[in-house]
Amino acid sequence: MENQKKVLLEAIDLHKTYHRGSEEIHAVDGISLSIQEGEFVAFIGPSGSGKTTLINLIGCLDNPTSGSLKVNGRNIIGDGKDMSENELTRIRRENYGYIFQKFYLIPTLTVKENIMLPFAFYKKQGMEKNLNKLVTELGIDQRLNHLPSQLSGGEMQRVAIARALINEPVILLADEPTGNLDTRRSAEIGEILLDLNRRQGITIILVTHNPLLAEIADRIVELKDGQIYNGPDSCLPSKGCA
Amino acid sequence: MINIYQIAYKNLLRKRTRSILTIIGISLSTWVLLSLLGFNQGYEKSLNKDIDNMGYQVLLTAKGCPYEAATLMLKGGTGLKYMDQNIAKNLGNNPAINKLTPMVMQAVFDPNKGENGGTSAYLGVDPATYPKMKSFLEFSNGKWFTNPDAYEAVLGYEAAELEQREVGDILLIPEKNIELKVVGILKRTGTQDDGTIFVPIKAIQKIFDVQNKLTAVGIQVNKNYDVSKLEDQLYKLPDVQVVSMAQVKSTISTLVATAKVMVFSIAIIAILIAMVGVINTILMSVFERFQEIGILKSMGAMRGDIFRLIWMETVILCLLGGILGSTIAFLLSKATEVLIRNILPYSPTGSLIQINWQLTFSTIGIILLIGILSGIYPAWRAASIRPIEAIRSEVE
Repeated sequence: MENQKKVLLEAIDLHKTYHRGSEEIHAVDGISLSIQEGEFVAFIGPSGSGKTTLINLIGCLDNPTSGSLKVNGRNIIGDGKDMSENELTRIRRENYGYIFQKFYLIPTLTVKENIMLPFAFYKKQGMEKNLNKLVTELGIDQRLNHLPSQLSGGEMQRVAIARALINEPVILLADEPTGNLDTRRSAEIGEILLDLNRRQGITIILVTHNPLLAEIADRIVELKDGQIYNGPDSCLPSKGCA
Repeated sequence: MINIYQIAYKNLLRKRTRSILTIIGISLSTWVLLSLLGFNQGYEKSLNKDIDNMGYQVLLTAKGCPYEAATLMLKGGTGLKYMDQNIAKNLGNNPAINKLTPMVMQAVFDPNKGENGGTSAYLGVDPATYPKMKSFLEFSNGKWFTNPDAYEAVLGYEAAELEQREVGDILLIPEKNIELKVVGILKRTGTQDDGTIFVPIKAIQKIFDVQNKLTAVGIQVNKNYDVSKLEDQLYKLPDVQVVSMAQVKSTISTLVATAKVMVFSIAIIAILIAMVGVINTILMSVFERFQEIGILKSMGAMRGDIFRLIWMETVILCLLGGILGSTIAFLLSKATEVLIRNILPYSPTGSLIQINWQLTFSTIGIILLIGILSGIYPAWRAASIRPIEAIRSEVE
């Protein structure tokens, strides 16, 4: 990593504890990490390792049980101080874009309407211009008036990516973005993510089971039992396992 | 650019059948409600029109059974007792009275009427005052009597059909064997006058030997005077009773009120069922879209945005149902009227269900209000969905 790049996201000693009956589940158990502007980080790990919980915490979708989080130099969450849902929403509007395993396109809305959906709830300058640029880059500019049912799986995920980027976020969170796609389409999505990161400098945080996809990241963080794992049996793809 | 209203509308298109069925449910209750409100207004108006068409607001009769008196006023039955003619003369100076007209009602048994005979009733009226009070009466043929004690008759529309008489024909009074000459036939009025045979009052008094006696006096009250005060004065007169329009109206209204309460209960139940239907539809669609709503929140929708979105869906359903139901009520008002006429103990002659724009808008307003209320719970449920829960439910 180059030193002049600034730290975009800094998490210190994040904990997230759930209660299931009398049982306490430490989904995230004291994770500290920092992500620099323009970095491409992948989180890997087995099911239940806390990947999704972690990405929800650093994605401001949820409050941690304890710990603090700084985004873009701003202290978002500190010890003991929970943000209200609407405050978190405001932070998400300005900083984050999300893509998920399922595409969650609204079936009765056209591609264009689905992409512009966030602006049904708030307004931002230059939206139409950004739309044209995005759909051209993602190769869905000919599909704007189609309904999701008329698209292929890969196209649907591209629409979901366009929707995640329409508010020009600084951080793109991708939670298993290729989970519903075959190998070829997965590779395509991987290329798109890499391109967004390299050419436009968008910081990408990726959660995946797919080791091939994880490999395109600048940094891979392995999680186990809610903690960052660096043990001898670490299963990073670069080590030849998976 | 897409807005929250378009999203709401398009969401309803996802499950078309369900949305349509819900709209039908709402429109049915709108139909019932609007028809009832229209009936409420129409019945009142028709009843008032019927009573106003009597030309007098107070009827003075000889003392007797008050229900007979009420019947006399509405249906034109027989007055059994008489009062002195001077009572009418003395009342002429009362400043509260605008006009008054003396009447004598007589009935005879006519063996030739119908299969087993029937009653023929004659109303003796004063040609100087009666036509003025009933200025709305129009002739289809002929005119009023030539002189105050002529042996002549004016027939109501139905009476003329029943007796099969035309102007110039002779009408025989059975028992008395006296012939009257038909001088006029009235147009249809839709009131009791249609069945009446009018005869000059002096002629009737002479024929039936009831000189200087009256069965009733119709009184038109001066507009500036309080009817109830006049009634109090009239009650002081000996051997008479006072039947006022207010009494007649209230007697009929009491009868109808019972029917109204029943029908309104049905309407309220219909509305409640529709309301539950709306809540069910919207709640189901919220649960089906649990994850999607979570995702909408992750991409920047606030609690209030989601609340509005779901609320809007409810309001759209209710608005469409309200408009459809009002249209049905408009189109079927005649059929509904026939139905109601069969149920009621007494129906006035005019239009029973009167639906106007004001009533239609109020009904749609009520349905809209119901939509707004029904939408609160599902919208609140949807707004409470946390994005994290929606996303977690996907992973697990």
